[in-house]
Amino acid sequence: MAVVALRRRRSLRARLSRWLETFLIYAILLAGAVVVMIPLWWMLTSSVKHPKEIFAFPPTLLPKQFRWQNYVEVFAKAPFGLWFRNTAFVCLMDLIGTLFSASMVGFSFARLRWRGRELMFVITLATMMLPGAVTMIPRYLIFKQLHWLDTYYPLWVPSFFGYAFFIFLMRQFYTTIPLELDDAARIDGASIFGIWWRIALPLTRPALTACGIFTFNATWNDFMGPLIYVSSQKKLTLALGLMAFRGPHVTDWHYLMAASTVAMLPVIIVFFFAQKYFIQGVVFTGIKG
Amino acid sequence: MGLSSIAAAKGERLRRTKRSPMARREELAGWLMAAPWVLGILLWILGPFAGAAYLSLTDYDILSRANFIGLDNFRRMLFEDPLFWTAMRVTTVYAVFSVPLSIALGLFLALLLNARIHGLAWLRTIYYLPAVLSGVAVSFLWIWVFSADWGVLNYLLSLVGIRGPNWLTSEKWALPALIIMSLWGVGGNLVIYLAGLQGVPTELYEAAVVDGAGRWRKFWHITLPMISPVILFQLIMGIIGALQTFTQGYVMTQGGPNNATLFFILYLWRNAFQYLKMGYASALAWAIFAYILLLTLIVLRTSEAWVFYAGEVKAR
Repeated sequence: MAVVALRRRRSLRARLSRWLETFLIYAILLAGAVVVMIPLWWMLTSSVKHPKEIFAFPPTLLPKQFRWQNYVEVFAKAPFGLWFRNTAFVCLMDLIGTLFSASMVGFSFARLRWRGRELMFVITLATMMLPGAVTMIPRYLIFKQLHWLDTYYPLWVPSFFGYAFFIFLMRQFYTTIPLELDDAARIDGASIFGIWWRIALPLTRPALTACGIFTFNATWNDFMGPLIYVSSQKKLTLALGLMAFRGPHVTDWHYLMAASTVAMLPVIIVFFFAQKYFIQGVVFTGIKG
Repeated sequence: MGLSSIAAAKGERLRRTKRSPMARREELAGWLMAAPWVLGILLWILGPFAGAAYLSLTDYDILSRANFIGLDNFRRMLFEDPLFWTAMRVTTVYAVFSVPLSIALGLFLALLLNARIHGLAWLRTIYYLPAVLSGVAVSFLWIWVFSADWGVLNYLLSLVGIRGPNWLTSEKWALPALIIMSLWGVGGNLVIYLAGLQGVPTELYEAAVVDGAGRWRKFWHITLPMISPVILFQLIMGIIGALQTFTQGYVMTQGGPNNATLFFILYLWRNAFQYLKMGYASALAWAIFAYILLLTLIVLRTSEAWVFYAGEVKAR
């Protein structure tokens, strides 16, 4: 009898400590989530605050009155529409180039046998470790020689030659598709290009989506590229435009936060719709966005 | 790399047998389809790489012809340019704090998230979102967070009785501020560790429980070794990324105050595109390349002691 009571008490204690542990885990995770969200919250609420409220102390966590007009005024103050279009154009070209090259080159690496392939693949992996800074200056001089300064060409033309990371991602994905598919298609008389275009391409849609999202993200957020290559007012991308908008001395934080929100919005929207592919891509390659 | 070794074995077999027309067609198509990338490596990577090596030995400044000056750029860099060392120090301090902290924090959160909890998808989304945001807009957002008198950070600190510093204009606090900001992107690490943790076979834990192992020993003897390859990879990619930080330094602090946030790439960029010292900047580029290579090799060398590969037979 004493043994039974003891056992019961022990199981109660075990349950209690188990419950406490779960509670702690949730508490930490939720607190962390709140901390992570504070900066975004701060940006969003600031973007709809009245200019007077912006400098209130203590800061208000919710705007006393929502001033949506900030957004209208920001668009009137600076050519955001133009910057948006410019950035979207660069993103689109980069997207087409990256998807085309990564898919085709990845296919060649994963499914075709040719001499020098292993060596090329090792070189591809090695270039992923190479810091962009080393090639930056000669590339600039090449583009200058081509009279491509102050055009968008330097920002998207290289994507048609391929980026090591995306080629690697596609190659890894292709290797998960059974080779028998290719053989069967070949017996049916399909050409190699036909196999790539009609059979492999549709099957790799998840990986292509991941590539597309990463590319969009990187290009949309890119600052250094446009900073080096684009200079005239009409051609500014969103990143450069934001810099110009801020100017050397800023006090209009409500405008600046509204502008930043607008600039981030496309990435946030894409993230929410395509989160699954983001995470798949990350897991597949072990490299974060 | 199991797949590639199988592929290599196949290639071996191919070379030994006589080439059929089909194999020749495949060879041709393989080269054709890889051609853009092969060309791209030469044009945009290896060519410029060699070009930078040549430029680093000249005094090229775009305006006049390049003169060959031997190793003079490197001599000046190492012995006469205090800013080179400042940039090295700033960048190293940034990497030394932001990379390990991101790894530890990411791993810690991943372990908690892996405890079969409700709302995993939601929490993962929240933690991951900042990792996909970057660039100028994010830098603006953080300037406003760090604002001394009106920023939310100092307000929160004031709630617990701390008077927050003038983050971005203080020589002492500007770099720590940027390190704090880098931790915002910890979700990128978290997602990778979570995937790694989910890949650890449950039999290992069951066996350990049978042997009477507690939580700490399970973590120390199973979890950590099993995901150590992931940590190694994150460590290397993190170092490479952190050493190339640019946008925050350019947008938020302009390298200041008093060069307290003069990141290496920012210093390089100024030399190249503001002072047009293309030769000297190329020397700087080679220096950071060598530095990254050195750190990577050191990490890889030490990794033999702490990274565990399941399926690898250790020679004693």
